[in-house]
Amino acid sequence: MARGEAAPAWVGHVLVPLVNLALAFLVSGLIVLAIGEDPLEAVVILVRGAVGFEEAIGYTLYYATNIMFAGLAVAVAFHAGLFNIGGEGQAYIGGLGVGVALLAFDAHLPLPILLLISILASAAFGAAWAWIPGYLQARRGSHVVITTIMFNFIAFALMNYLLVNVLIQPGQMSPQSREFEPVAWLPFAHEALGWFGIQVTRSPLNLSLLWALACCLLVWLLIWRTRWGYRIRVVGGNEPAARYAGIDPAKVVIATMCVSGALAGFVGLNEIMGVQHRLLLNFTAGYGFVGIAAALMGRNHPLGIILASLLFGALYQGGAELAFEMPRITRELVVVIQGLVILFSGALEHMLRPRIEAMFRRPAPAGGEG
Amino acid sequence: MRASLPITIASAALLAAMPLAAAELSPAVVFDMGGKFDKSFNEGVWNGIERFKTETGVKYREFEVTNETQREQALRRMAQRGADPVLGIGFAQAPALEKVAKEFPETRFAIIDMVVDLPNVQSIVFKEHEGSFLVGALAAATSKTGKVGFIGGMDIPLIRRFACGYVQGVKHGNAKAEVLQNMTGTTPAAWNNPTKGGELARSQFDRGADIVYAAAGGTGVGVMQAAKDAGKLAIGVDSNQNHIHPGTILTSMLKRVDVAAYNVFKTAMDGTWKPGIQVLGLAEDGVGWALDGNNDKLVDAGTRAMMDSLRADIIAGKIKVHDYMSNNSCEG
Repeated sequence: MARGEAAPAWVGHVLVPLVNLALAFLVSGLIVLAIGEDPLEAVVILVRGAVGFEEAIGYTLYYATNIMFAGLAVAVAFHAGLFNIGGEGQAYIGGLGVGVALLAFDAHLPLPILLLISILASAAFGAAWAWIPGYLQARRGSHVVITTIMFNFIAFALMNYLLVNVLIQPGQMSPQSREFEPVAWLPFAHEALGWFGIQVTRSPLNLSLLWALACCLLVWLLIWRTRWGYRIRVVGGNEPAARYAGIDPAKVVIATMCVSGALAGFVGLNEIMGVQHRLLLNFTAGYGFVGIAAALMGRNHPLGIILASLLFGALYQGGAELAFEMPRITRELVVVIQGLVILFSGALEHMLRPRIEAMFRRPAPAGGEG
Repeated sequence: MRASLPITIASAALLAAMPLAAAELSPAVVFDMGGKFDKSFNEGVWNGIERFKTETGVKYREFEVTNETQREQALRRMAQRGADPVLGIGFAQAPALEKVAKEFPETRFAIIDMVVDLPNVQSIVFKEHEGSFLVGALAAATSKTGKVGFIGGMDIPLIRRFACGYVQGVKHGNAKAEVLQNMTGTTPAAWNNPTKGGELARSQFDRGADIVYAAAGGTGVGVMQAAKDAGKLAIGVDSNQNHIHPGTILTSMLKRVDVAAYNVFKTAMDGTWKPGIQVLGLAEDGVGWALDGNNDKLVDAGTRAMMDSLRADIIAGKIKVHDYMSNNSCEG
């Protein structure tokens, strides 16, 4: 397809990320070597730990589900030129929505209705939490990067207050709510597959993965196939032009932040309804921030985000196995390896890209196969 | 549970080397988010099981969790690998440990700081309010300004239990004394934020406090440093922290998690391990206050006698220390 001037698309989309990944692993390998473990064995453990057996795949996909939601949230905002760093807080508050809804209704309603309520509640709570920074950005000019970070802290303080003082199960040491009735538990993947006679080992993977994939499709439709998405992209691309074209950027900013917050809120769906089955502290565990990396790596496209989420999910799960198997590889070192991947594929992306693309630019003569 | 037995995982997992003789004890520990080198709670456990390792030559498996879901994963993985006993550290592991202990009824589990009521689980909890009462009384007796401080880690019921016991001790020693209280934060980062700990301590010193009790994990390191810089006194927690700044640390509220962890492994080895609840207070030497060469000049003989009689009174039940957790309030 692409000939002469531009490098073929697969170079930019496949080769460059792979080279970056390989570099990250190379540097990680040197560090592993330096602390006295065998890097090749570490890679084998990492890969086998991430995809080598049913439970590992389950955990990888479960992490990927969270990161997908968070990544989509960042991507949608990014298309409107907004850098939403508040995914963590929006996910936290989204989980609060799920928790409160299920605590109120779990004894009275069947699962499908509870699921619908939970999806709506997590979206509404997440959106509400993002609406405030969105409003402040659009109407008051307070930069959304600053306000969303601040709102993460407010979310933490609020959840802490609620769980320690209000929602705590009485007589319980740990600040967490009572467990929901089993009817309100989103079925695990191993249960759902069991209905079709497929036996797999248990893992935290649950049906919210399907919702995450549906959200990927919905986001793609929204951004590239609707008028509204077009407005988002115009505002993100050139705000004065958008205004000239009769688009009200303030409205678009607020609405986009709400969509973004709703998507982040679904992390709470996976964690609270799908895995923990109770409202507790710190269930977001940094997924909101990893979502930023996933969106950057996935170039704000749902397909890219799915792939990046799988990669980060695999690193989370494989990294845990690594820490488990190799005593000298501590959890801090696992974070270093994850950080190197983010560094090379995100921040240093443009270090190699021009060179690699240049290599593929010239050799194809006119009429040559592209 | 519809899940098939986790044989596939176990066999896959066994592909990795597991050079353990079947008969030998293979204990395991799952540290919590603070990490094993938090200079306080988790590190106390680590000290205890390291002592076990040195004394017996038996190695243990370990894991430090980084998120909520890993607790269950790590505990289950330990049990699948044939680890026994499996020790979970911290109240937050209770739901995960309860689930996994039901799946592996033959494996012995133990948890510190929380009760899990199952036939194969030993639960070890401490009366932190009793130990905090004692150091509170010592602070009241030592303070010249009549104002003392408390700096907690994350604002959760457990830390309020420390604060509540401390306040009762201070008031017992000096009814007019004032206790300044601050919590470091609302996220787990509050366990490891020495900078903020130092700031809070300085602010309490500025408001007139001359002794500050830090129940804040790694954050306490900053509190003690601030006390040293300001020429005031600090009280350590969990492990004996008197040695960190000799002459500045008035005492440490000991919570003997090291002994508890050591005993779990040791009794499992001797065959005397028992499930059930162990409540370790002053009477059981599970909590106490530290007096050693680093702080003996700070506590005179009269004060020591007072502390001994207070301790005896609490053990005898003459002084009742209200437990915050009993009604989620410091009002008894």
